[in-house]
Amino acid sequence: MSDTAITARNWTRPPLIKRAWLRRALLAGAIVYLALALGTTEVNWTRVWEGLPRGARFFAAFFPPDFVSRKNDIVDGILESLWMTVVSTAIGILISVPVGIGAAKNIAPAPVYYFCRGILAVSRSFQEIILAIFFVKLFGFGPFAGVVTLSFATIGFYGKLLAEDIEDMDFSQAEAVRATGAGWLQWINYGVQPQVMPRMIGLGLYRFDINFRESAVIGIVGAGGIGATLDTAFERYEFSSAAAILLVIIGIVMVLEYSSGYLRRWVQ
Amino acid sequence: MLRIKGLTKRYRTGDLALKGIDLDVPDGEVMALIGPSGAGKSTVIRCINRLVEPTAGTVTLNDAEITTLGGRDLRRARRRMGMIFQEYALVERLTVMENVLSGRLGYVGFWQSFMRKFPQADVDEAFRLLARVGLDHMADKRADELSGGQRQRVGICRALIQNPELLLVDEPTASLDPKTSRLIMRLIKELCEERKLSAIINIHDVMLAQMFAERIVGLRLGEIVYDGPPTGLTAEVLTTIYGEEDWSATIRKVDDDADVAAKQPDNVIALETLKPHRDRMAGLT
Repeated sequence: MSDTAITARNWTRPPLIKRAWLRRALLAGAIVYLALALGTTEVNWTRVWEGLPRGARFFAAFFPPDFVSRKNDIVDGILESLWMTVVSTAIGILISVPVGIGAAKNIAPAPVYYFCRGILAVSRSFQEIILAIFFVKLFGFGPFAGVVTLSFATIGFYGKLLAEDIEDMDFSQAEAVRATGAGWLQWINYGVQPQVMPRMIGLGLYRFDINFRESAVIGIVGAGGIGATLDTAFERYEFSSAAAILLVIIGIVMVLEYSSGYLRRWVQ
Repeated sequence: MLRIKGLTKRYRTGDLALKGIDLDVPDGEVMALIGPSGAGKSTVIRCINRLVEPTAGTVTLNDAEITTLGGRDLRRARRRMGMIFQEYALVERLTVMENVLSGRLGYVGFWQSFMRKFPQADVDEAFRLLARVGLDHMADKRADELSGGQRQRVGICRALIQNPELLLVDEPTASLDPKTSRLIMRLIKELCEERKLSAIINIHDVMLAQMFAERIVGLRLGEIVYDGPPTGLTAEVLTTIYGEEDWSATIRKVDDDADVAAKQPDNVIALETLKPHRDRMAGLT
């Protein structure tokens, strides 16, 4: 009998943060902050109470949804939104492909890498609404500002995910193509593209989805599309038309969701 | 003739992977490079086609120096050297045919390859090679649908369609079962004989190296410690290469296997060559 069989050795899982005092301090700090934050959040319960029936009236005004009286505006708005979505997704992806390739650390030289990462960082640091406000100021009201906004936002989204997918690829496959004497473009086309393509098609469809929803939002700040129609309906207190527009948006998003899911499965 | 002189590689981490290797590989010679993990075997062959940049030294293939080439000239030099990889390194989402034809990328322009419009001669050659390794019926399968042995045979076709003067083979059997490993090694050896190709084969398996190579080079810590015939691999030599170990089992088994191999030169490959498309292979050699 050896000693190890007799002495029971204690074992516990090594903690994530080694220093005990730091671990306890972080935990206590988080709890105290949360308690204080909750304590200082002012909730005016009488206002909430008064707001409830107002909310109910507001909802009641939505019914029945009126698709008819503003039919032309709704159809135009939807068509404009769809057009903005298609154009901006296409432009955005077209630009983000070279940017994304340049932002992949494993295939781009350092200066190119930092430059492209910079573009992505700028594009990602602003929310669509803020971009839309800026571009509306720049180009005036209308769908053009919306297209620029969505294209710009798409670059950040798609470029970053493309770069990450390239960084995760199996390098030996790309190396094998390089060893044949392939040129750079051939190398990308044969060694890199097949590895990232299925995911990038899926993400393209997903971004199309997002761009459509965003096109409805940025219209409210004047960048065209169905959002502009929705905004007008609210301003005129035409809640039943607004309800109709919301229902159409929900319907289209659901159709896009379903069809993009189907397409993604098919691509895989 | 491949001539390596004073080949040195220091990685950016500071590790000295190769310490001035001198090595000549005459035309038509099949050479096995053995040695423990980290000895620098992979670095040697990657320095030859410059997937890894050597720190010092020269590599010349048939009197053309490769170490100084850049851009277009380097790509032209690479297409003269076919490479076969550990774990096959096929582009998994491309078809078998696209993988084989990718061996011609150094010869065709971008648009041709982008549109997959390779010259008819290349397509004919691809089918001939696939038939030679018994896979021409798989041309339109995706590479990831194949078994390990089949993938490595496609890898061999990709290297050969380059019409190379030299084969660089990096652990071709690392993830294959013992029988498939032998088939692949035999296939590589046969094809080298058919085409008078020289080959450098990195291999872990000492027995396979002895069975299929006519010359063995042992590498240890970036230095050549053995260079000679397979029969010269005694227990002492193996100890110099790998370190202290009881080598008696390895050495004895090798002798037995070599006899068996000599008596039965081929089995599955022979079966494959009996298939009706034998005529397509005419002109392959």
